[in-house]
Amino acid sequence: MNELAPLARASPVLATAPAAAIQPPPAPGFRLPFRLAWRQLRHEPARLAAALSGVVFATLLIFMQIGFKNALFDSAVLVQNSLQADLFLMHRNTEALWRSASFPRARLAQALALPEVERVTPLYVANVPWRNPETGLNRTLLLFGVDPTARLLGFHGLDDAAWHAITRPDTILFDERGKPEFGPIRSLLAQGSFFGELNRKRVEVVGSFGLGATFSSESNAIASETTFWRIASGRNPAQVDVGAIVLKPGANVATTKRALQALLPDDVMVFTRAELAQFERDYWAKVAPVGFIFGLGVAIGLVVGCVIVYQILFSDISRHLGEYATLKAMGYTNGYLARVVMSAAFILAVLGFIPGFMLSLGLYEIATAQIFIPLHMTIPRASFVFGLILVMCVVSGLIAIRKLRDADPADMFR
Amino acid sequence: MNAVEIRGLSHRYGAGPTALTVLHDLDLTIPAGEIVLLTGPSGSGKTTLLTLIGALRAVQTGSCRVLGIELSKADERTRVALRRRIGFIFQHHNLLSFLTARENVAMALELDPDLDEAERLTRAEAMLQAVGLADKVDAYPAVLSGGQRQRVAIARALVHEPGLILADEPTAALDSKTGHETMALLQHLAKERGRTVFIVTHDPRIHDIADRIVAMEDGQLVQPATH
Repeated sequence: MNELAPLARASPVLATAPAAAIQPPPAPGFRLPFRLAWRQLRHEPARLAAALSGVVFATLLIFMQIGFKNALFDSAVLVQNSLQADLFLMHRNTEALWRSASFPRARLAQALALPEVERVTPLYVANVPWRNPETGLNRTLLLFGVDPTARLLGFHGLDDAAWHAITRPDTILFDERGKPEFGPIRSLLAQGSFFGELNRKRVEVVGSFGLGATFSSESNAIASETTFWRIASGRNPAQVDVGAIVLKPGANVATTKRALQALLPDDVMVFTRAELAQFERDYWAKVAPVGFIFGLGVAIGLVVGCVIVYQILFSDISRHLGEYATLKAMGYTNGYLARVVMSAAFILAVLGFIPGFMLSLGLYEIATAQIFIPLHMTIPRASFVFGLILVMCVVSGLIAIRKLRDADPADMFR
Repeated sequence: MNAVEIRGLSHRYGAGPTALTVLHDLDLTIPAGEIVLLTGPSGSGKTTLLTLIGALRAVQTGSCRVLGIELSKADERTRVALRRRIGFIFQHHNLLSFLTARENVAMALELDPDLDEAERLTRAEAMLQAVGLADKVDAYPAVLSGGQRQRVAIARALVHEPGLILADEPTAALDSKTGHETMALLQHLAKERGRTVFIVTHDPRIHDIADRIVAMEDGQLVQPATH
């Protein structure tokens, strides 16, 4: 009885309105095409693994590139963000802190003329070689010279005792988060202060702080102004790298900045702290090709992933062309089969992203612990990368779908 | 009522002076419930006729009504919709290698939005039982013999209760004994269910399953003989 039902259903249609009465195929949902795609993918685990390895690779590459890029930007402004002042002066030709051009110290004295200015502090920076006390090898670090009583630097671990310690001549504070190539600073300090060689001058390391390697310096040290001038011989004390200005309580930062710009000659630029950090960021993003390189790395990851996923989807269609044509002969529409391909692309994106994410998480931890470049996995970053991977797979799928046109059901009869 | 009504059907490939006419002003009627067998040498136009009836190719000249639908000037949507009411059996089984026998048969039912999964699987299993493969429902095509695969294909062509079943050289990949058994099974199932069947074949050993044999030569029907 049941078997006759469709014939009975079809007959009145034939009798009344022949050609026009035929129902257009209903739009297919996504559930059945998705299931078909999954059944096809899981049938050949080796091919699925190959496809997934491509997605995993792309995920990993993008996570690392984005991670390093952000670590660069984060570390690049670590110093700027910890400066305890309201406004800053830098020479017009300065591009970044580590390669700053110095300006006359007199500018700071001029700034004092403004009633809003409470006090000014000069900051000196120099790249100088440190001799590893264990291996004897020289390696360049970034030395800060600053008045210890000014409390300008807000790095981790800089307490009153540390600042007080370097008021003695020829003493420095050493970055215990710097690269290990500078020697076992932490364990040496555990036994008290020790002597070392900075720019071939004998100095006593009397304490430590925590800043860490940045992209511009592998380690850091802090000295008083007089010690700085002795170590960085040849530096003119009248030429400073950064001028830090602390305003009186209640003074307006923006109006004081404008007043300073009007007061001072054009050889210096005036920044708020946020602008100073942004200036350093812009340097890494634009002046140095680093930002571009990481962007290129992300693009290469996407292209490689795209090609691999496309190859897999394309060859899946090619190898199953007869089966797709058979489905078309059975009344499956192009749209239905396109959904099968897009479902496969989606499955590859999700299944490839998960292990790629896990591996990236592990590599982030290794990078943070072993090479002292802090990489942080955040939900927005993970979502962003998943979005990229999804777009990558969808684009691959859309290109591969064109191959479906080759599946001609009329060819099935020969 | 007729399942297929063809009047003055012509078809040619290509255009201009190199055009090749493969069907010449053809008339053919297949009443519902009849099993018709089309024979003829290679290149006689049999396959073109089959693809036109199967709505796999656009009709150029003449009238071709299949299951009440006029295919002359029919658009792709109409043809796709009509194909869902036809069961196809191919020269090679053309089963989906990554699906089990039951899933392959159920594929013919997945286009019907009124059916749920349980009903699809029940009907697919019942159909496989009818072709004698009750114990192979979960087998993949790779582990089935040629005859078993073609029986799964027959089950797939019949399960959605099509108004017309089209078969193209269905015994070509089978030995003569298996080929005949398979076609006898098709005949039995079609007659039991009142289905119309149109088979294109070279194989003279299966002539006995037909109600009528039509021969074709150079794009024209010749010596229409009643079996």
